[in-house]
Amino acid sequence: MKCRKCGSAAVLELRRHNAAFCAPDFLEFFRNQIREAIRKYRMFARDEPVLVAVSGGKDSLALWDVLIDEGYRTTGLYLDLGIFDYSVESRAKCEAFAAARGVPLLVRRVADEVGAPVPVIKAVTRRPPCSGCGLSKRYLLNRAALDEGLPVVATGHNLDDEAATLFGSVMHWQMDALPRQSPALPSTHPKLVRRVKPLYRLSERETAAYAFLRRIDYIVDECPFAAGATSIAHKETLNRLEDASPGAKHNFLFGFLEKARPAFERAEAVVLNECARCGQVTTGTVCAFCKLADQVKRAAPVAGGGSTPVL
Amino acid sequence: MKVVLRNPRREVEVPGNRRVKDVLRELNILPETVLVIRGDDLITADQQVSDGDTIELRPVMSGGSEPRPPRPAHLRLYPTSRHPLP
Repeated sequence: MKCRKCGSAAVLELRRHNAAFCAPDFLEFFRNQIREAIRKYRMFARDEPVLVAVSGGKDSLALWDVLIDEGYRTTGLYLDLGIFDYSVESRAKCEAFAAARGVPLLVRRVADEVGAPVPVIKAVTRRPPCSGCGLSKRYLLNRAALDEGLPVVATGHNLDDEAATLFGSVMHWQMDALPRQSPALPSTHPKLVRRVKPLYRLSERETAAYAFLRRIDYIVDECPFAAGATSIAHKETLNRLEDASPGAKHNFLFGFLEKARPAFERAEAVVLNECARCGQVTTGTVCAFCKLADQVKRAAPVAGGGSTPVL
Repeated sequence: MKVVLRNPRREVEVPGNRRVKDVLRELNILPETVLVIRGDDLITADQQVSDGDTIELRPVMSGGSEPRPPRPAHLRLYPTSRHPLP
């Protein structure tokens, strides 16, 4: 198989683009996709400082690597979830990455903020671990950015992540989730920072290839709590579709963003309040994060829902 | 030839002297879900692998992160994915 650009031996085939690339041309393709994402959605300006949420995985470290190379002023934020050896190893990867490139890395421990690490939250809430984990991440990322005076948070969500989330939302016709699915969510409240996903044009295989070719030392092992997650099942389903019809995931996500999302956006009208306890943004009186922290403090399961955090 | 798999890490022996895509098919692995690594290089699915080769099939899927928060109870139109009998 030959590189589409230079004709030398290819290292990666991209079936959805009916193309293959050698290493240098793939790296350039990868960077171009991120440049296009930032440009198309006006994610951040050249002189804006960016908080990059890093997990030690391939996506977030690949994103950080590109943004550093492109000359953006970045600060990394690692959230220590307290998930046994997985968190120890992933934190070490982030610290080594930041140290090697001389860029700042902030570390926040979920246990300090919520009162317990993710495994305990899982036991207390009796909900899937990804639920409390995702809620804590959205809340703490926003708060850290506000604390540090950074206007925008960039996360490593890739095309597969976004397609799987969209698939889940469509499967249940979650009319409130569909308009919020976007590569860039603007700040709609003084206490909500902008959230952007510069990798949305790139598949997770492409981010893994970038990380490998750039010799980025990332954590390959999955989060021990990911097994059985609904998002994984959705990804597997979409990968089977992709195998049968290359470009299916791309068409699904991009078609939604270009054709369908505007219709859902018009339907959304949400009243934003400040949480009576912590002052962060919520649709209710007390935000879901504070409720989670209460639940952990009481160490007893609480039935029922709660207001939806708008993070 | 030797194939290194992850999550959990393990090794399996399969016949070589064929294309990578044939190895993937035998192991029932979709090409979209792995990087194929031989030594320090990525290789494409059409490349030949020999009996003496060792390749790593590194999974690329990450997940379980950032699920949507549950809808408020009063807005929850579909509280369960199971449907009651008519």
